[in-house]
Formats: sequence, structure tokens, C-alpha cells
Amino acid sequence: MGNRASVLLREEEIAQIQQETEFTPNQIERLYSRFTSLDRGDCGTLSRDDFLRIPELAINPLGERIVNSFFQDDGFNDRVNFRQFMRVLAHFRPVKKNKENKLNSRVQKLKFAFKMYDLDNDDMISRDELLAILHMMVGANISEEQLTSIAERTILEADEDKDQMISFEEFCKALQRTDVEQKMSIKFLS
Amino acid sequence: DGHDHKSYEISSVDFHRVETPFIIGIWIFSASLAKIGFHMTPKLSAIFPESCLLIVVGVVIGVVLVYATESAVALLTPNLFFFYMLPPIILDAGYFMPNRLFFDHLGTILLFAVVGTIFNCLTIGVSLWAVGLTGLFSVQLPILDSLLFAALISAVDPVAVLAVFEEIHVNEILYIIVFGESLLNDAVTVVLYHMFEAYTEMGAEKIVYQDVLSGFASFIVVAVGGTLIGIVWGFATGFVTRFTYQVRVIEPIFIFVMAYLAYLSAEIFHMSGILAITFCGITMKNYVEANISHKSHTTIKYAMKMLSSSSETIIFMFLGIATVNKNHDWNTYFIVLTIMFCSFYRALGVILFSALANRFRVHQLQKVDKFVMSYGGLRGAVAFALVSTVETKVVKLQPMFMTTTIAVIYFTVFFQGITIKPLVKVLKVKTAEKRKPTMNERIHEKVMDHLMAGIEDILGLHGNFHVRDRFKHFDNKFIRPYLVRNYTGAEPKILETYSKLAMRDAIEFMRRNASTI
Repeated sequence: MGNRASVLLREEEIAQIQQETEFTPNQIERLYSRFTSLDRGDCGTLSRDDFLRIPELAINPLGERIVNSFFQDDGFNDRVNFRQFMRVLAHFRPVKKNKENKLNSRVQKLKFAFKMYDLDNDDMISRDELLAILHMMVGANISEEQLTSIAERTILEADEDKDQMISFEEFCKALQRTDVEQKMSIKFLS
Repeated sequence: DGHDHKSYEISSVDFHRVETPFIIGIWIFSASLAKIGFHMTPKLSAIFPESCLLIVVGVVIGVVLVYATESAVALLTPNLFFFYMLPPIILDAGYFMPNRLFFDHLGTILLFAVVGTIFNCLTIGVSLWAVGLTGLFSVQLPILDSLLFAALISAVDPVAVLAVFEEIHVNEILYIIVFGESLLNDAVTVVLYHMFEAYTEMGAEKIVYQDVLSGFASFIVVAVGGTLIGIVWGFATGFVTRFTYQVRVIEPIFIFVMAYLAYLSAEIFHMSGILAITFCGITMKNYVEANISHKSHTTIKYAMKMLSSSSETIIFMFLGIATVNKNHDWNTYFIVLTIMFCSFYRALGVILFSALANRFRVHQLQKVDKFVMSYGGLRGAVAFALVSTVETKVVKLQPMFMTTTIAVIYFTVFFQGITIKPLVKVLKVKTAEKRKPTMNERIHEKVMDHLMAGIEDILGLHGNFHVRDRFKHFDNKFIRPYLVRNYTGAEPKILETYSKLAMRDAIEFMRRNASTI
């Protein structure tokens, strides 16, 4: 299955991606064939619509945010090339012990999750940002007051400097007991 | 004519009428007393697991009984065990199963429970038979008898695993793998046991390979059938509790009776009752907890804990009593070799299958984990109850098997049970931290779940996150609205955590400001 893909993927590009993301050549080829199958226009890059065409993603309450997270890296491009695609996916590589983990360290994983909330990129989760996420996840059946009090309680719990927001440090602290390394990793078949 | 008047007795002695319930009461009473005594002597409970003490108490009572009544007592009959003592323990396990953890590791658990148990059964059976050919046991051991014995001895026992592992608090992943295996291997044990029993009755020469295929088919039926029956009863329980809001006091009874009926209805068809009641508990919990009152929930929780821990207590005591009987057939070589093969093949199986599992796991099983997993392969009362049902007419070596089973149980409960605690300390096995989720953890972890499901969808992988996401979507759309009375939309856990925390705060506030009320 890798054969056709590797024709299109140049050796040096594989080496570059391998060095940057620490995926194995095999994994890169596998993911490249997925990339090309998502790329409907055969233009070597993916647009937002290419992502949103995945049927399951449309059901996911955070689908749009997840797709957007692929586009955040390099300014405001509206297309993702394979290298950028891989750089995002590298966050979800399992953490190896006794090894330097670049993109997939605990902090990087947490940062990625944090960005799900932080729409305006100010490194803070405000009450409204939290409420927006809660809205998406919990749905409409719950009263506004209840959601607001949940959001307020959540911020109160994590907020140490009393600025009514959750900073990235406070976010990390609140998730101290969570096994992020495990929760945010995917076993990429090699 | 007033002379033959029989005067009205003020009181009379009629022990016979109350004999059975009275004796049962005395058993439970003395087992509970033994338990209190054990926990009041900290030195004792630091060294020995509780199950050891209970067996010892049982042996003492057994000896007394044999001397006092001159007759061996078989208290732990298979029916008593399978119908009354096992279900509460398994229901407790299923109902309080950490679902998330269980399904995250389901692949590994199934690998060990199904393939691992078959591997153990075949290797132990064939090895014992091969050694038997040399004449070391000085009895003839037919291959089918050997395999039948291996089938019942090779299954890891849920009761023993719970009893030993509850006290040592290893980390949750290790615990769920060993414990999940012990629950799910029941289907394999039941099938292998019935299969070899039937083969033995048929005679080795008459088996055609079709019978082997039927055995395989019946495994699927027993496992899937048991699971389905459990799930159906679980949904039914959820549905019934939707209407109990007028009569709160009968809420707990539905949970117990319906789960028990799930167990029994699986047993009617010779399907795996253990799987049925486990999955009944796993399924119902999601819906029942949303429907019943807070007080009913507390009642269920404590009643379940009480029933299961009493059953466990009684099982171990009865195991002790059952040891003292006159039908023993001690065969040193057979016993020693059985224990050796059990431990050796357990370790080998763990090494082989965890290497296989690690290829697909994010959390890799390390050396220490493998060691605890092999060491956690405890054998217990299920094996004993199964060996008791073997008929001497069919299998002439039944007494020897019985004695060996008891010896293996003693070995696992005493030797492994006592040494596992210090070993876990020496090997620095990660221990469990019990925790109630905070609001932040609950919400951010949910976000991570959705995020990971999304990434899996982008990659086109059908992994854990993807499957859970699909199920939740289905559950929220088609199941919850019909089973839950006050259906409040997706993510009930976020609301649940919120109301739990709010309740805790309120209680805390009341305690601190008691004077203001």
C-alpha cells in the first residue's frame, strides 16, 4: 500500500518529516496515503472542507475546533500541506520514557488541548470561552444558569491569581492528576 | 375426667424446625466475628490477607465438626456456590466496574481471558498428561481427564483476585487487566469444562473433529449469549427504574432481583452467568443512577458491598471447612507438578500475550506489570466448585483432582497472597490513588476525549475514542431518552460531578456553620 504513496513523497521530504516529528518512514507513508485520500482536489494540500467532509467529524461537537487546530500553526493559511498535517499529528505520539520528546511531550499535549478553548490566542481561558465549549458538549437541554454556574465553579476551582480566567499554568495544575500522556496518545501502527 | 388433661406448655424446645436457617445464621455470624477479630489485630492483618485467616478459621471449624459429628461436612456445594454466593460478588464487581477503564483495556483483557485461558488449559493439560505417561503419578491419567482438570484449574478466579488485590491497591490499569480477565474468562472456563466433560463421557475414541468445531461454536454462543442476556436485563432494569419515582423504597430491590434474574436466565441455557451479571451491572448503572433517589443509591451501594463481602467471607471459610474431609487422595508428584505448571505457563502466557498486546497498546506493559499479572493468576473457589461437580463415576481420579485443586487454592491464597504485598513494595509497583474528579478534570478530560475521537476520525482509525464517541452518540439519541426519566441531554457526567461537588460543599457548609441552622 505504501508503494504508490512513496512515489509521490520524496525521500528527502520523508527524512525531513521524520526528523521533525520522529515518526518512522513506515508511519509517514501510511499517513501520507490517508492524507492523499482526504485530498479530494489532488492539490497536495487540505482545505477545511476536506476535513469537514469526514462524516464522523461532523457529529463531533468539537469537530470544527479540531479542524481549526490544524490551521493555527502558520498564521492564517487556509490550506494545510502534508508537513503541517504531520506536525499536528506528532502531538499525539505516545510519550517514550528516557527519551527526549519534542512535539509529543506532556506540556505540548496540554498546550494542544488548551488551544481547543483559547479562541483569541491570549493564553487565557475566559468564562465565555469555557461556556462556549460547554454549550457545544452538553447541548441545549440544560438551562443557561446551570451552565453558567458550572463554568464559574470550574474557573473558581482552577483560578489561583483571581483574575477570573484560567491561564495555561493554572490549566496544567488543574490537570496534575490526569494521565495526559496516556489520554492524548494514539498508537500509530508502525 | 380432668385427669388426662395435658397441661399447656409454657415453652418447648423445637430446634429441628429452625435448624437450617439457624445454622446458616451461626455461620454468617461466626465468619463476621472472625473478620472483626482479624481487623482488630493490626499485626495479623499487616502480614496475612484476610482470605488466609478465613480459610484457617474454616479448617479449625471443620476439624471440630469432624470430631464432634464423625461425619465429613460438604457445606460448599456447587449449587449453593453458583446460585447464592457467587452472584453477589460478581454483581458488585460489575456494578462498580470503572466502565471507562474496562473498555479502554478490553482488547488486552479479552486476549488474556480467552486466548490466555485456552493456552493455559491446553498446556497444563497436555503437560500433566505427558508426565503421566512416564508413570510418575502411579495412576493412569487419560488425556481427557487431564484436560478436564486443566480446564477447571487454569481459570483465574474472580473471588480470589478480588480478595487479594483489594488489599494491595496496585495501580488501576494493572488491577483492571487482572480482574477483568478473571471475570471474562468464565465463558471459556464453562465451555472448556462442559466440553471436556462431554468428551470424557463420550470416550476419547468417539470424538470426531466436528465435535471440536461444535465446542468452538458453543464458546461463541456461551460468551455472546451470556453477555447479551446481561445487557438486555440491564436495559430492562434501567427502564423499570424510570417509573419507580412514586415508590422509592423498592428501588434497590429491582437492581438486585433483576440482576439475579439475568444470572439465572443465562444459567438456564448453560450460558455464562458470570458474564451475564457482570454486563447487567455495567449496563444498568448508567441509567439506574440517573433515575433513582440519592438515598436509594446509597442503600444499593452499601447492600451490595455487604452482600459481596459476606459471600466472600463465607466462601473462604467454607473452603477451609471443605478441606477437612475423608475422601482425600494425596498425590505429591501430581500436586507439585500442577502447581509448577500452573505458575510456569501463567508466566509464559503473560510474557507471550503481553508482547502481542503491547504492539497495539499506548500504555505499554512493563516487566513489573507482567510480573504482577503472572503473580495475580490466583485460583479459587470457582475451581473448587467445578471440581466438586465432577462425578466419580465418569472420572475415577476425581478425589485426586479435588485434593490437588484444594492444594493449588491454598498455594495461591497463602503463598501468593502473603508474598504479593511485600513484592509489590519491593518492585515499586505503582499503587492506586483513589480520587473524585474535580470540575476541571471532568470538563477538560471530556474535551480531550472529543479531541482524540476527532483526530482518530481524521486518521480514519477505528480506535477506542472513535468507538466510544459513536456509542455515546447512539446512547444519547436512542437509548437514554427512553430509559432515563429526567433526560437532560449529553454529558450527564459533567452535571453529575457538578451536583456532587455542590452537595459536598453544602454539607461542608452545614458542618462549619451548624449554629446558624
